[in-house]
Amino acid sequence: MSGNDKPKNKSRRKFLLKGGMGTIGLLAIGTYLFRNPLRRSVYELSETMVPPYNGKGTEANLWLQITKDNKILLHSPKVEMGQGTFTGLAQIVADELDVSIDQISVKAADTATGIIDGMSTGGSLSIASLWKPLREMSATMREMMKIEAAKKWNVESASLSTSNGIVSANGKSLKYSEIAEAVSEWNLPDVPELREVSSYKSVGKGVKRIDLREKVMGEPVFGLDAQMPNMLYASVIRPEHVGSSLKSADIDEASKMSGVVKIVQKDGWIGVIANSFAEALAAKKKVRVEWDIPKTWTEQSLRDYLKIGEGNKMICQKEGSELDPDDEGVISMEFSSPIGAHAQIEPNGALAHVADGKVTVKLSTQVPGVTQKQVAEAMGVGVEDVNIISTYLGGGFGRRLNTSHAVQAAQMSKEVDRPVKYVFTRKEEFQNDTFRPPTHHIVRGKVTEGKLTGLEHHYASGDVAFNSAIFPNVMLDVLGTDVGAMRGGNIMYKGLTNYRSVQWHKTLPFATSFWRSLGLLANTFAIESFIDEMALKAGQNAVDFRLQMLGDDEIQKRIRKVIEVAAEKSNYSEKANGNKAMGFAVSIDAGSPCAQVVELTINGKDVRVEKVTCAFDCGLAVNPDQVKAQCEGSIIMGISASLYEKMTIKEGRLYPINYGAYDMALMRNSPKDIDVHLVQGADIPLPVGEPPLGPIGAAIGNAVKRITGKRYTDLPMQLG
Amino acid sequence: MKITLNINGEQKVVEADGKSPLLWAIRDGAGLMGTKFGCGKAACGACTILVDGKAVRSCSFPVQHAEGKEITTIEGLSKDGKIHPVQQAWMDEVVPQCGYCQPGFMMATVAMLEKIPNPTDEDIDNNIINVCRCGTYYRMRKAIHKAAKLKNGNS
Repeated sequence: MSGNDKPKNKSRRKFLLKGGMGTIGLLAIGTYLFRNPLRRSVYELSETMVPPYNGKGTEANLWLQITKDNKILLHSPKVEMGQGTFTGLAQIVADELDVSIDQISVKAADTATGIIDGMSTGGSLSIASLWKPLREMSATMREMMKIEAAKKWNVESASLSTSNGIVSANGKSLKYSEIAEAVSEWNLPDVPELREVSSYKSVGKGVKRIDLREKVMGEPVFGLDAQMPNMLYASVIRPEHVGSSLKSADIDEASKMSGVVKIVQKDGWIGVIANSFAEALAAKKKVRVEWDIPKTWTEQSLRDYLKIGEGNKMICQKEGSELDPDDEGVISMEFSSPIGAHAQIEPNGALAHVADGKVTVKLSTQVPGVTQKQVAEAMGVGVEDVNIISTYLGGGFGRRLNTSHAVQAAQMSKEVDRPVKYVFTRKEEFQNDTFRPPTHHIVRGKVTEGKLTGLEHHYASGDVAFNSAIFPNVMLDVLGTDVGAMRGGNIMYKGLTNYRSVQWHKTLPFATSFWRSLGLLANTFAIESFIDEMALKAGQNAVDFRLQMLGDDEIQKRIRKVIEVAAEKSNYSEKANGNKAMGFAVSIDAGSPCAQVVELTINGKDVRVEKVTCAFDCGLAVNPDQVKAQCEGSIIMGISASLYEKMTIKEGRLYPINYGAYDMALMRNSPKDIDVHLVQGADIPLPVGEPPLGPIGAAIGNAVKRITGKRYTDLPMQLG
Repeated sequence: MKITLNINGEQKVVEADGKSPLLWAIRDGAGLMGTKFGCGKAACGACTILVDGKAVRSCSFPVQHAEGKEITTIEGLSKDGKIHPVQQAWMDEVVPQCGYCQPGFMMATVAMLEKIPNPTDEDIDNNIINVCRCGTYYRMRKAIHKAAKLKNGNS
């Protein structure tokens, strides 16, 4: 276990992995199972419960490696893509293993370690799902150290104390590394009782990111920085037209270009392999390709294809009676959101080497386990013959939940018998993204005597979870709905008597999938914009109006709390002051409610968000400073999607193909004041990275309405 | 062709087509990986470095134009064990998330502070126009003001 030695343990035992499902999940089960048909109960659960960690290789001594200098190297099943997970995990280890945070370093586990996450780094679940198992592993390892020291000193293990990676008693002490070096067979105790959270010294504190210094110094290795001796570069030609396929290619001229090693034609793509990336790009331009384009898609044909009333219908919520659209008192509004690009700054890519029947791939991925299987299958080797080495990710945002390009890199490596680094161009990135699907919404409501007496959300979406590499379609077929598109799509106001949500799902002619917060952004924009309209109709304050519609179970109380905190801390007011006004919105995602108040000004067509007050309840914040950082980032990404970002289809091709033209929030578009208030409404960590993306779009629209009197219903909201 | 580059005070001989981007000469030729590839069209700023003190987007800057000039990359900011004020401010404000775009932003900030030692918010908006997808702009703005103070020695 010390140094590079393989762990030697007497028995490979599994740790209890029921972690994560604390009071929140249990409450959710109790509340919903008896009230709704089973399938809808599952939908509700999937929105409120933290699934337990599910993966291979859960022995403490696989995860926690003690090095000779008495430091701990945590091999994490979760990757670091900016969300701060490595830091949170280190804090958790520190408090149960009794080491200082400076003694811990974290790296993403290579699949060869045997530590393979069953799902992905996604769903904002890394800390939430590892909270219990990682504490158990750390505590178990601490006890293992004490057992060995007790044996050596011939004392009771209970009489020993531990801190800073040292076991001590009566003036004697042993470093963990000294113990580990001396032990050949470990005694594995039962999982010890975990400590009170209130006794933790690191968890709950704003510890600085453990990757801070290296990131400021420019040192971390991202996927595109990975190296192997003797490696070549590759660029790939893929279809540019939606739905098109490769007909034929003339590679003669390209093959003669400087630095070209080989040009390979595969199923639907062409790989140009050269000594340098610049040479691969230059040669790529000389390949003459003919495409088979069966249909030329346009914005209009896409809109006609994806709309409410088309595709697979599923009623996700059904309480009380349905609204009659022909009833005079019923108000209907339509909303839409466009195709969204991930636009993470590090382009995708993969460095692969195929040799002696084994495949090694270094890359930025959120799914090492899935990628391992994809590569093994495509290369005709066993899963154990593929090692996926995950680097730091230059942004994830859901884009790297599909990294099947590792297969292409491996195929090219096999062709040239050398390591090949395949790097996406930015155009390739924009045209072959796994986009956020466009959506169409109709929200209906009826106000009677100042109260909302019915609320319905009907929405159409392309794939989010369907056809992804991480959820088997069969599971989604059983559920009958795209649970990713459903995020934020359900009505959260359980004090209402009559409400429903209905999903219309279709698979689009280009890949759509997970984009940070999934359906939450667009669904909340539609519902919460509409709620403000209803408050206006009812002549009520938008905050009071929302509070009246809440029920009284635990989750509803937590929603109430964030609403109250956001309203109070922002001094929420509905009075527009010239070109300046406030807007309010709230959402709940994966059990974490978030309310936001924006203050913005309008100059001509230019909307500038000056300040955002954010009240967020993610249960126990393992690192409050990094939870705040996630709120800030989500808010800015949400501003970007709400006011600027939009992909379109022009004559069959997706545009734009670079930054700039793909308009995004920059420094000048970001609020100068983001005031985050953490409200702890549960005693376990709940999802953090995505829920704060919910309210921002509607909050902006609601403020814009108070200044202009106009309701903007299409994202991005462009004034004019 | 062989091109001699002066990077962070050291002479590096790289093999490159003179018209090819400086970025790849820095990364693959000189082996300095802190300068990042983001878009290849000077649109995102991830590859920002200094050439004779001025911010340059190296993905679109021909390597031959850098010959005989002083090139500074993120690896060359802190010298003699002394952390550069911009990097210190970035640490103090815990700016990075994924970290990929951050070297480009820090280099752009270094160049701006040379021109404008005490930037206003408007100066920052107009000069710092790189793209960060994690949305660290809010902390970055604070870090830039802090860096100006540190640099001017009145923090």
